[in-house]
Amino acid sequence: MLMTQLKSKETIESLVAGKKVFILNCLGCKEIYFPEKEANELQKELSASGDVTGILTTDYVCNPDNLKLRLSKYQAEIDAADVVLVFSCGVGMQTVADYLENKRVYTACDTYPMPGFQGVTPLEYDCGQCGECYLNLTGGICPITACSKSLVNGQCGGSKDGKCEVDSNMECGWERIYRRLEKLGRLDAMKCPTQIRNYATDDETK
Amino acid sequence: MKITELFERGEFVVSAEVGPPKGIHIEHVVEEAKTYLKGVHAVNVTDNQSSVMRLGSLAVCKVLKDAGLNPIFQLTCRDRNRIALQSDLLSAAMLGIENLLLLTGDHTKMGDHPQAKPVFDLDSVSLIHTVKQLESGVDLGGNALVGEPPKFAKGAVVSPCSDSVDAQLAKMERKVRAGAEYFQTQAVFEPEKFIKFMEKAKQFGKPVQVGIIIPKSAGMAKFMNNNVAGVHVPDDMIEELKKDKEKTKAGITGVEIAARIIKECKPYCQGIHIMALGWESKVPALLEQAGLSE
Repeated sequence: MLMTQLKSKETIESLVAGKKVFILNCLGCKEIYFPEKEANELQKELSASGDVTGILTTDYVCNPDNLKLRLSKYQAEIDAADVVLVFSCGVGMQTVADYLENKRVYTACDTYPMPGFQGVTPLEYDCGQCGECYLNLTGGICPITACSKSLVNGQCGGSKDGKCEVDSNMECGWERIYRRLEKLGRLDAMKCPTQIRNYATDDETK
Repeated sequence: MKITELFERGEFVVSAEVGPPKGIHIEHVVEEAKTYLKGVHAVNVTDNQSSVMRLGSLAVCKVLKDAGLNPIFQLTCRDRNRIALQSDLLSAAMLGIENLLLLTGDHTKMGDHPQAKPVFDLDSVSLIHTVKQLESGVDLGGNALVGEPPKFAKGAVVSPCSDSVDAQLAKMERKVRAGAEYFQTQAVFEPEKFIKFMEKAKQFGKPVQVGIIIPKSAGMAKFMNNNVAGVHVPDDMIEELKKDKEKTKAGITGVEIAARIIKECKPYCQGIHIMALGWESKVPALLEQAGLSE
């Protein structure tokens, strides 16, 4: 089971400041605790300050076929937006970022693990449930699960022909991230401050 | 002495690498280093290189220092969490080790204990940041150190002939911003690629030592091409190694090739780093042929 929490209001506002935003909520999974009330309030505020091109509340965005179908009716609203802001777990976010690969897609949430069944997880994406989602710095590709060393500050020297040294069937996650950021014109994200993971799990030290 | 002081003085800095053995007797390692590496400015000591368990880097650094050599302590993030890393850094400073080379480290799957848990609590960039923080008198947890803080020359690595050199440059920039003061590179066999890399890397204003491996045979070259990330030995070099087997076996061809690479790269960088891989005895001849003997 997962638990999704909103990032801080300041963080979310800084992601969308001065930009036209399309908002995507995923309420699919019973296994995920989703902060529906808080998300609604925040989205009302964002709508009131203008620049929200549309809000879609749907389910199972982690299923690529379902996602495609749901988004197809909102193409104009998505085209009009600079940023797509996703309220979902890390798997949903990665599916959206991959499908809208030319769009800046940001997550408004951090995903934490809870004991028990993990919920619907398709084959291609995996969420490490690290509770400090990096997807906004990495073009929507998770460095925790897509890099065999779970590096958070860029690629190591171990990729050959785009493949990971540890597993030749696996693409280098950071090379994918770099290419995605390049395509999005977001290579400035590589210049972010040094990232240091926080493995503390209790709220006091997180 | 700090390797950064040599760069500041404008020296073309030569370092070579020593790999600790899988055992506790290192007399021959020290003897070899004293005999063949006396012409180099500093000696890197690898940290369980290729994820193969060996004698510890820090202990060997101390022994080499006592033998009159200038060690560079290689420290990777594979086997230690942030507590152990910081503790080893304080130990190094206490033992008078002044030079560091800070790396992420190979994955445990690459070595002789593939069952081991890979740590990677920090990575190369956050490790550099951590050293800088210790130097300011505060540890990564925000707690003050007692007494005078350590001070190191902080080195890092980069792979200039990687097929994703732009991503490597982005990582290099992160290392510079975190506090890296000098760089050593993965082995270079394609000087033209290295020169192109340096055109972009010079913007960071940090000294770079080009990585040099003396090729031992055509087989070794092909092995590296197939298995070592960021290393490519061109076909004509492999042909050169094939041509006269006796000459190659004696190390003459390899030294000729390596000396040529050094000469081609020298105008574009601030030093060389030799990974002799057991051929420490060829280092004096290499330095002489490259015009670097004193």
